[in-house]
Amino acid sequence: MALELDDVKRVARLARIAVTDEEARSALQQLGGIFSLIEQMQAVDVSRVEPMSHAQDISLRLREDKVTEDDARDALLAVAPEVEAGLYLVPKVIE
Amino acid sequence: MHDATIKHLSDALAARRCSSVELTRQFLDRIRSPGAQYNCFITVDEERSLAEARAADALRASGQAGPLTGVPLAQKDIFCARGWLTTCGSKMLSNFVSPYDAHVIERLRTAGAVTLGKTNMDEFAMGSSNETSYYGPVRNPWNRDLVPGGSSGGSAAAVAARLAPGATGTDTGGSIRQPAALTGICGLKPTYGVCSRYGMIAFASSLDQAGPMARTAEDLALLLNGMAGFDPRDSTSLEREAEDYTRSLTDDLAGLRIGLPRQFFGDGAAPEVLAAVEAALAQYRKLGCTTVEVDLPNMGLSVPVYYVLAPAEASSNLGRYDGVRYGHRAKEYRDLVDMYEKTRAEGFGAEVKRRILIGTYVLSAGYYDAYYIRAQKLRRLIADDFRQAFAKCDVIMGPTSPTTAFALGAKAGDPVQMYLSDIYTIAVNLAGLPGMSIPCGFDGRGLPVGLQIIGNYFSEARMLNVAHRYQQASDWHRRTPPGCA
Repeated sequence: MALELDDVKRVARLARIAVTDEEARSALQQLGGIFSLIEQMQAVDVSRVEPMSHAQDISLRLREDKVTEDDARDALLAVAPEVEAGLYLVPKVIE
Repeated sequence: MHDATIKHLSDALAARRCSSVELTRQFLDRIRSPGAQYNCFITVDEERSLAEARAADALRASGQAGPLTGVPLAQKDIFCARGWLTTCGSKMLSNFVSPYDAHVIERLRTAGAVTLGKTNMDEFAMGSSNETSYYGPVRNPWNRDLVPGGSSGGSAAAVAARLAPGATGTDTGGSIRQPAALTGICGLKPTYGVCSRYGMIAFASSLDQAGPMARTAEDLALLLNGMAGFDPRDSTSLEREAEDYTRSLTDDLAGLRIGLPRQFFGDGAAPEVLAAVEAALAQYRKLGCTTVEVDLPNMGLSVPVYYVLAPAEASSNLGRYDGVRYGHRAKEYRDLVDMYEKTRAEGFGAEVKRRILIGTYVLSAGYYDAYYIRAQKLRRLIADDFRQAFAKCDVIMGPTSPTTAFALGAKAGDPVQMYLSDIYTIAVNLAGLPGMSIPCGFDGRGLPVGLQIIGNYFSEARMLNVAHRYQQASDWHRRTPPGCA
């Protein structure tokens, strides 16, 4: 997997992290080393193996459809950067 | 009192030989001096701690005290604690005063434990040396020019320097065990699902686990009793009968089969580390145990597998830091996307950004099967290797870390070198097994060596027993760093 500068910039966009050209170049170098490490995975035959996401074979627990949470709105709004009338404020997204 | 174990302090509090306020004051004094030089704490709030101590003393006076009531503990700054600044070692949360308690914190609070402060850690738990923290590196109490390990470096150093009798930590790829090994203390990562992750700032959800750090196996058991338990708010929390993790501490070890994986005793570890581990194994044979070689053939892939899965999960978890609801927000931006991009560029450090980029890449269209799914399949092979090994033995042992503590800055330039510090610990997280590290000796420079004990699922009580009996026959766990006595 040969990483290019454009890949780094594309991925940074997907991850919503601003990177300067210089940062992208430095990231490319370091990521190259890490991707060489990851390439070692390709050596093994896993065609007959099931993916494992959890150690115990559990399925998602369900609960009754009843309101059990307390109203923590004020406490949660108190830690936000910008709020008004109980709403989070962000830059306009609609043209 | 600062050299006393949690067990000793608990007994002293119960016998009214001291109060929680007195104990808390003593530890707060030590955090100031000699503690300041190690940079173990991000937040100390003496008034808040003393208020908790007074409440603990009142709880005792009303006859409702338990084993942890009034015991002062350091809390890793990854746990949300109501009213406390909770930074996760990052600029991104440098202004975040948590409005709620993590389940683990809530349990310890209800038990009457006192929070001494929030300990320093690698940013968002990503690191093996506590050098990526926005708040500066933690220094190893055994030698200030060396790292304490990470990511729970602050908690480990605080316990080693006798600034706290115990601490909470978290372990995703070794972050409790490796710093415990490098600072000469004990740390345990329980079976995945035993401690609730609610309120524990998420790094890699299928790997993260909270666990205790202290100076003896008995203390780990007392803390684990306080931390473990089902929580419906964590979808991966396991509903099981409550256990008393102290119940087997003094059981006889005769006949215990210790598995020694070939892969742990090759040339990956420093000779002095292996020598200390071999000496510990000789001690275990004297206690009546037998050793048997086991094989973990896919172990060598655990680092690459982890560095696909953990960054992938992290890229998803850290997507929530967007400057909208909490945490850092950029001051100037053109539009919403620009706000996101600048907030995240400013708020995250270099290692965190690196891992988010890796994770985003391996999850992106066209690469998901080749990287993420393949890693999950290899994960199953690694877990199956352990399953097969446990058919031949009761516990597995080996070195926790390939080396003793290394110099600050020594590995910071090469991420892959840093990642290889976790070579013996990572597979345990991938499999979801319980693992612990206890001190077993020193190298020629006087630096601690850790012995890793890996158990089968839900065998924590047995593992603590295995550690406790060794600690009754040895005294590595009682050694003190210079200047910390």
